[in-house]
Amino acid sequence: MTYETLSRIVQQGGTVYFSLLFLMVCVYAFWPKNKETFDRAARLPLDED
Amino acid sequence: MAAIDGPKGTASSGAGLLAGLLGVGVLLTIFMASRTHDPRFMVHAYIFMAAFTLALAVLVIGISADRFVQSEDKYEDGVIRAGVIASLFWGVVGMLVGLVIASQLSWPNLFYFPEFGWLNFGRLRPLHTSGVIFAFGGNVLIATSFYVVQRTCKARLAGGIAPWVVFWGYQLFIVLAATGYLMGVTQSREYAEPEWYVDIWLTVVWVTYLLVFLGTIWKRKEPHIYVANWFYLAFIVTVAMLHIVNNLAVPVSPLSSHSYSLFSGVQDALVQWWYGHNAVGFFLTAGFLAIMYYFIPKRAERPVYSYRLSIVHFWALIFIYIWAGPHHLHYTALPQWAQTLGMTFSIMLWMPSWGGMINGLMTLSGAWDKLRTDAVMRMLIASLAFYGMSTFEGPVMSVRAVNALSHYTDWTIGHVHSGALGWVGFVSFGAIYCLVPWLWKRPRLYSDRLVEWHFWIATIGILLYIAAMWVSGIMEGLMWREYTSEGFLAYSFVQTVEAKHVANMIRALGGLLYLSGTLIMVYNVWRTIRGDVAALEKNAVLVQPAASGPAPKGAAVAAE
Repeated sequence: MTYETLSRIVQQGGTVYFSLLFLMVCVYAFWPKNKETFDRAARLPLDED
Repeated sequence: MAAIDGPKGTASSGAGLLAGLLGVGVLLTIFMASRTHDPRFMVHAYIFMAAFTLALAVLVIGISADRFVQSEDKYEDGVIRAGVIASLFWGVVGMLVGLVIASQLSWPNLFYFPEFGWLNFGRLRPLHTSGVIFAFGGNVLIATSFYVVQRTCKARLAGGIAPWVVFWGYQLFIVLAATGYLMGVTQSREYAEPEWYVDIWLTVVWVTYLLVFLGTIWKRKEPHIYVANWFYLAFIVTVAMLHIVNNLAVPVSPLSSHSYSLFSGVQDALVQWWYGHNAVGFFLTAGFLAIMYYFIPKRAERPVYSYRLSIVHFWALIFIYIWAGPHHLHYTALPQWAQTLGMTFSIMLWMPSWGGMINGLMTLSGAWDKLRTDAVMRMLIASLAFYGMSTFEGPVMSVRAVNALSHYTDWTIGHVHSGALGWVGFVSFGAIYCLVPWLWKRPRLYSDRLVEWHFWIATIGILLYIAAMWVSGIMEGLMWREYTSEGFLAYSFVQTVEAKHVANMIRALGGLLYLSGTLIMVYNVWRTIRGDVAALEKNAVLVQPAASGPAPKGAAVAAE
């Protein structure tokens, strides 16, 4: 693999890879079915220890 | 003691296995100490030997007295209490050394002995950085992570005696690193100075830490893994990876304290700053954000402002941070596209950093009055303000054109300290002020007024420090790039050093104030552990969130 190929993968492939990952994270965070879990989780530190 | 629901029972602690390993360790270190020709290596072999022998003796006495029977229905809090005390001890040591080297920069003859190098600036400086980052910060992270993972998983720490191995193993690492620096044992990699055998020891300890943490999550009774545990896990896993890769080296001999890195040239520089910047990103940021996500909601008695934001915050932060390292290598042999990549990712970090800060701040919505009444809460929130400030400043400084002015100047030092003193220090102090009454079953701290004193003295100290460093940093940066009309540099280096004298003294004063605040805290914590309440505050209204402790001593209701 030449230096140019490698740098192209990092520069272009990386952009696509990160955008997709970020999209997946957002979908997971905002998926309506998860709301109940997350609302409960937000109160986890407040549980009596 | 908070009980854990579920089947009662006892588990094997693994003390016997550990005793066996320690026996082998003692024999190995005796062999190494007797065969080496390197006096500094011999000192470290003796320190290893002493530590292993002591641990073996304690274990054997403990096993014969049945001290290591674990009850699964109680949280393991002993190791956390030890961690709190160790944090404060190393905090004072690390900050004191910081004050010494700040004074050496102002008065260069201080503790300078030409024939005796141990107290030179060059040897004390890594002692300070490792002391405050790894000894103070590391102990805070280990102690709080053990507390948070147990409470949010509703399970006792996994691994029997392993959490104690992590604790004492980590203290041994600190002692080896610190004595090494003083003797001049260093591989000259910033924040990764310890030599190969200390690195191997830390790897063993760190992997044990990872296994304890994962094991506790594995047996959790709470189905959801709380966001603080994600941050802790990212911190532990990434630090393991960074530490191992950056320290890949070949020792001169198995009995020598010197080694050579596997990397060379620009690859070496890139690996070092990939490590160095992620020590900031994952040790000093992700780990302490975990503290934020547990202790701020707990102290404010409010749920996390947006749990969805915390998830986006987590993944964005860890995916972006890992690429920011090349901004340390602007204008070097590193290809320019890689420099630009590091700069771009640094600027992208604004988003998750401020998202996280806003999430922490807004957790206080509905409880903003606590800022006025509760100095511990104020300390936690001030830490977020400093976090926001330094994570705004950092990306600015990563821009190549700004870096041309700021790099190698005191501006960098000021930036680091607004993050370290303001963010890491304050969030740690806040967490410790919360933890001490909870862990020692005290109704409240010895004195809330002393927390106020700590907060204000330390805050003034930080402001003096960073303001002095901005002034001296920008000044020396401008002086370095000043040309005469003939095209010569206008100032010699020593002229820029001389110009910083006043700023350096203000910096040392700021450090003195910050250290004084920490000493006040140590006194306050010590009296709290003893169970005292300050005479003036006996009748004060309680503002502490009551943990599951006994009723307040001399229950505090003001008369009519």
